[in-house]
Amino acid sequence: MPDPTRIVLTDDGPALVRGPVELDLPDGTRVRSDRAVTAVCLCRRSKRYPICDTAHRRKVRHEEDHG
Amino acid sequence: MSGPPLPAPRGPLSEAVVQALRGKPLPVVDVDGADPYGDDLQLALHCCYELHYRGFDGVDADLEWDPDLLRLRVELERVLLAALRADVEPSAAVDAEIEALLVEPVGPDLRGLSHHLKREGTLEQLREYVTHRSVYHLKEADPQAWAIPRIGGAAKAGLVTVEHDEYGSGRPERMHSTLFAEMMTELGLDAAYGAHVDRVPGETLAEVNLMSLCGLRRSLRGASVGQFALVELTSSPGSERLVRGMRRLGCGPAAIRFYDEHVEADAVHEQVVRRDVLAPLLAAEPDLAADVVFGIRAALFLGDRLQERLLGAWERGESSLLQPLPAAA
Ligand code: FES
Ligand SMILES: [Fe+2]
Ligand SMILES: [Fe+2]
Repeated sequence: MPDPTRIVLTDDGPALVRGPVELDLPDGTRVRSDRAVTAVCLCRRSKRYPICDTAHRRKVRHEEDHG
Repeated sequence: MSGPPLPAPRGPLSEAVVQALRGKPLPVVDVDGADPYGDDLQLALHCCYELHYRGFDGVDADLEWDPDLLRLRVELERVLLAALRADVEPSAAVDAEIEALLVEPVGPDLRGLSHHLKREGTLEQLREYVTHRSVYHLKEADPQAWAIPRIGGAAKAGLVTVEHDEYGSGRPERMHSTLFAEMMTELGLDAAYGAHVDRVPGETLAEVNLMSLCGLRRSLRGASVGQFALVELTSSPGSERLVRGMRRLGCGPAAIRFYDEHVEADAVHEQVVRRDVLAPLLAAEPDLAADVVFGIRAALFLGDRLQERLLGAWERGESSLLQPLPAAA
């Protein structure tokens, strides 16, 4: 039997999947990612859904920041 | 040509290093009293470090291990490290540091380079920004590669996972340094390695010098990983802002691709760095915690200096570069 696929569910955001993956969306589109690790968006806020873009991060109103 | 041309010296320290690189005996110089973040010291360090990367055209490659140059480099590093240790608050609370970096500030007029370029920066300012960043991104991931043999176990495997992606996962056309060069070309900038060193101020060189300093010193491997973590944690939202700025300015796809790739890449690199690099590294070597935070805070400190240099110049209606760029083709 092949090794089971391991999916890491993070406490803060995405699910992490190793190896090239294909994600089939309800509308029939298929998104392929061939990174060593892919972060799959679970919060549904990503502008690149189904790929995480850090939109899950906590936001605060602020005066200054870096970058 | 086997490497970029030697930069023009900016004072006695960089003059001494350039002399030695031209094959002359290294002049005696007094390092104490030098401005640790100034152009002269930073350019001298930059020249010392480049011997470990691509070298310079016409410079003997074996000067990389010249004892006189190495001795001077260590003295320059002593001055820089003493200044950074004084300017940066020490802490060993890595988790709190990371938590703070994961909170995304929002608001209409946040100060920052990517905020400025997203909202209102000009195409000329974007070209200047890319010129500053080229000192690092044309060798993107190289300074962090020094850390690979210096750490072990799971943390090493995690670091290599991210580095592999930075180097294009085996596809040279996807190397981040290659994507950066393509962006420069599309913006009408010379993408040759080292082409812009004479144009960028000490603030720009200092950020990259800190990466090389910590990468090349095993004793500072914690700081090297800390800086790496900072880049991976903060780059994704900043890259998204740059993508928006570039779209607003009407840049072409080859220009946008570099930052576009980093929105996705660094969202996952953040996860890998936290879970597969920092966590196993600190489990194996808990004493590195203070150095990890030092790496993060020192890089933030130098990043703020660079940001103020650029925004300050632009607010005065000036160029942030020491020499103007040739007009875009
Ligand atoms: S989980 Fe990261 S953007 Fe949705
Ligand atoms: Fe990258
Ligand atoms: Fe990255």
